[in-house]
Amino acid sequence: MFGSMAEMVQRARDAGTSCWRVVLDEDLSQITLGEDEVLGTLRSRLATMREAVALGLEGKTTSLSGLSGGGAHRFRDWSRGAGGGGEGGERGPLSGPFCAPMIARALATMEINAAMGRIVASPTAGSAGILPAIFLTLEEVRGIDEETLLRGLITAGGIGGVFRARASLSGAEGGCQAETGSAAAMAAGAVVEMLGGAPAMVSEAVSFTIQGMLGLICDPLGGLVEIPCITRNVSAAMQAVAAADMALAGLTFPIPADEVLDVMGEIGRELPERYRETGLGGLAATPTGQLLKIQVMGGELA
Amino acid sequence: MSILDIIGPEMVGPSSSHTAGALRLARVARSLVGGTPERARVGLHGSFGKTYKGHGTDRAVAAGLLGFEPDDPRIVAALHLAGKEGLELHFEEANLGEKMHPNTLRIVAERSGEEAELLGSSVGGGFIEVSRIDGYPVLLHGEYHTLMVVADDIPGTVAAVTQLFAERSVNLAYMEVRRKRKGERALMILQFDQPLDATALAEIRAFPWLHSARPIPKLVQ
Repeated sequence: MFGSMAEMVQRARDAGTSCWRVVLDEDLSQITLGEDEVLGTLRSRLATMREAVALGLEGKTTSLSGLSGGGAHRFRDWSRGAGGGGEGGERGPLSGPFCAPMIARALATMEINAAMGRIVASPTAGSAGILPAIFLTLEEVRGIDEETLLRGLITAGGIGGVFRARASLSGAEGGCQAETGSAAAMAAGAVVEMLGGAPAMVSEAVSFTIQGMLGLICDPLGGLVEIPCITRNVSAAMQAVAAADMALAGLTFPIPADEVLDVMGEIGRELPERYRETGLGGLAATPTGQLLKIQVMGGELA
Repeated sequence: MSILDIIGPEMVGPSSSHTAGALRLARVARSLVGGTPERARVGLHGSFGKTYKGHGTDRAVAAGLLGFEPDDPRIVAALHLAGKEGLELHFEEANLGEKMHPNTLRIVAERSGEEAELLGSSVGGGFIEVSRIDGYPVLLHGEYHTLMVVADDIPGTVAAVTQLFAERSVNLAYMEVRRKRKGERALMILQFDQPLDATALAEIRAFPWLHSARPIPKLVQ
């Protein structure tokens, strides 16, 4: 695992190669598995991501709490102009041909996760909707092949490793920025590389993602990974797409990625406990949030 | 630790720290007593204590004590299955101290008259950190096949154990010796890339000064 984005980018540049290659080589030097085994495992993880998305889009599951389920299915139908009880779908979704199916997929995985279905934590379960949504939509809309997607997962994993080393991947430690923020940055960096961006652009995509997600708190209603986690995966995926496009356009963010990550870690450590996955603050503590909690879990108003 | 732990694990939702990580901590507790315990008391600290029902942490701990993997669909029914397996569970919110990681739990498991205590944290994305076992301070992340040896605090025990592995060409990746007080039993933590075979384990257990030798499975890459 790399301890900084600067080191990853430098190693790739020096070797005249991509981030995925140096991340994989670094991994192989640390673990007992070989390259084929790592790629084979990633292939099965990608298959699990596909299954969760497909199941979620069917829209037949409801979470144990009853608070979520069916949103992915409804959104997809609406965005294809098939109505579904919404408004204006026939004119096409404002989010466009890439983002609309991506939104549906992000909702799908997270609805399956809330229903205690099988997903891939990437990097966490609370942020498991982002990578599959972006990767599988890239496959559909841009025709990216599976081998490239696997390389993208490697790059994403390498970026996640830097987040783990410099900040956190845990909502209880660092707020939602540490979960959906990390996942979005991993996806943005990977997308940039899959679409031909240079290693330095990967790092820019990480900066562009996180600068917009700093300070995001973790405030799940009743501690359930549903509200707002499911829709927050959507916002994070949107952020990742914008960040990837800015990086690919050659825009640069003046603060280096590692410094942006360090400040994310610092903010996370300073967040009060009620904003770190305790279900005691933020949206969870609103009057409606508390009422919904009592409806599904029992108890009394605080 | 590997990118496979970042893009993973494959797991049953809804939370990698409150479900998959909690399950892994319970897996360690299970291995300390050598199988499914008859009784387990679980103290949940911080975010664990506040949200364990919503996140299915109770089901995940039950599943880990039953030896399930994080992606086992039976996790959903684990509390019920625990009852059928004769595993009696007690959960409570616990305050383990201000400085403790927000997702920390303490498990006291009993099986066949043996009791084991584990203190561990779920640090995000399914990663775990075991910080205390039976009162000994430790630092385990589940990255290796591990053997926990408790022995009398007398000279020659470390040499005897390492000699045994040298003779069997088993490569030690990491080793640490801990004791609570001088003259009290010492804890040896031995970590390997490959799982330890049964004969090596039996030979270690034959040492007269040995109190226990407990293997803990590798949980992450």
